[in-house]
Amino acid sequence: MTKTVQITVNVNGEKYIEDVPLRMNLADFLRTKIGLTGTHVGCEHGVCGACTLFLNGITARSCLALAVQADGAEITTIEGYELEKNATDLIKNFHNRNALQCGYCTPGMLASSIEYIEQGNPADRVKVKEYLSGNYCRCTGYQAIVDAICTTIEERQG
Amino acid sequence: MKAPDFSYEKPTSISDVLILLENNDLDCQLLAGGQSLMPMMNFRMANPGTLVDISAVSELAGINELSETIEIGAMVSYRELEHSKIIKAFCPLVTMVLPYVAHAAIRNRGTIGGSVGLSDPAAELPAVLLALNGEIEITSRKGKRSVPANNFFKGIYETECRPDELITKIILPKAHQKQNFGFDEVARRHGDYAMAGVCIAQDVDLMTRVAFFGVSDKAVRAFGAEKLLSGHSSFSEEVIRDAQNALNELEFEGDMNAGPEAKQHIAKVVLERALKGMKK
Repeated sequence: MTKTVQITVNVNGEKYIEDVPLRMNLADFLRTKIGLTGTHVGCEHGVCGACTLFLNGITARSCLALAVQADGAEITTIEGYELEKNATDLIKNFHNRNALQCGYCTPGMLASSIEYIEQGNPADRVKVKEYLSGNYCRCTGYQAIVDAICTTIEERQG
Repeated sequence: MKAPDFSYEKPTSISDVLILLENNDLDCQLLAGGQSLMPMMNFRMANPGTLVDISAVSELAGINELSETIEIGAMVSYRELEHSKIIKAFCPLVTMVLPYVAHAAIRNRGTIGGSVGLSDPAAELPAVLLALNGEIEITSRKGKRSVPANNFFKGIYETECRPDELITKIILPKAHQKQNFGFDEVARRHGDYAMAGVCIAQDVDLMTRVAFFGVSDKAVRAFGAEKLLSGHSSFSEEVIRDAQNALNELEFEGDMNAGPEAKQHIAKVVLERALKGMKK
């Protein structure tokens, strides 16, 4: 019999109280329990970065966190990046620059990009690539993603 | 790729953790940042009866400066280490190495106690502890003991820590202003596990410690190279070559990334680069 426990989480500003199996990871919780399917599950061992989101304000792999560990936490997912993270310009630049094709890596790419920009980092292609090293993209060859991030930083600096 | 079923405990004090660990029937496994344990569980390589989540144990948090040493709580994350002014001022080798430890999102959750306790042969921090002559404070119901890093790492995923014991602190000596440190690694992708890497610390009296990771079944000191490098304030090409040759004494073990010969070659390359890039 799978053991379950009740957790309370705040996702993109909304409170959820749910029963979850102990073994359920945070990504599966968001996708199957509360229907936020924007978070993608790729490798399920922390390598591909597709499931990256914000857990209590910093990025985390949601395949390597259990839902029960997120009890009481604030979570921001791709569904909340426009409102909670003011990322409308970044998302627009991803679109303008064709920084995605299949879109599978995009939720994680955006999470890492937002954190990179939030930390006040420069529009430096080498540094951006280093920060995105934990996110795989198999379509774009990364250049367009780096462009979108650098453009956003430059635009915000005016 | 989902974890098997388990029971879950989230104690809030060291003494409560130790009571759980002492109960053999529970088949406990400590859950720190989970950045290695969760993949192992997803792969079904680990199948604990009870996960003991120690993230709420406040006694395991914090970085403290003492007169001779820096004490780091076992649950301090890589992120905290990376941003800590105390670490930057007194443990420059740690600051040098951290950007190479996995990726930002992993560093946000992974902990120093977790890395040391797991003893992954390709992880950086065990080698950092060896190069710095660090100590690991271990606590059980019987009391506390402090183990020098040199005696702590026993093999792949094997340490001096017994199942009823908890790593409570990592203790590093404060760096002297005149001390020099070096680091280099080669990985397939920035932040991935290194194919081979090295940490070097040179004391004020020019005593030099060299620790490799990713080359064997655990982080290892290269004593032969240390002997040849000690006493030199700068390293000539000849001294470097001799030290490189002395690495042949290490027992290189291959993994999925590289065979033993390739590892031996990379070890020599990173040794040279690290020695040429030594800084305070």
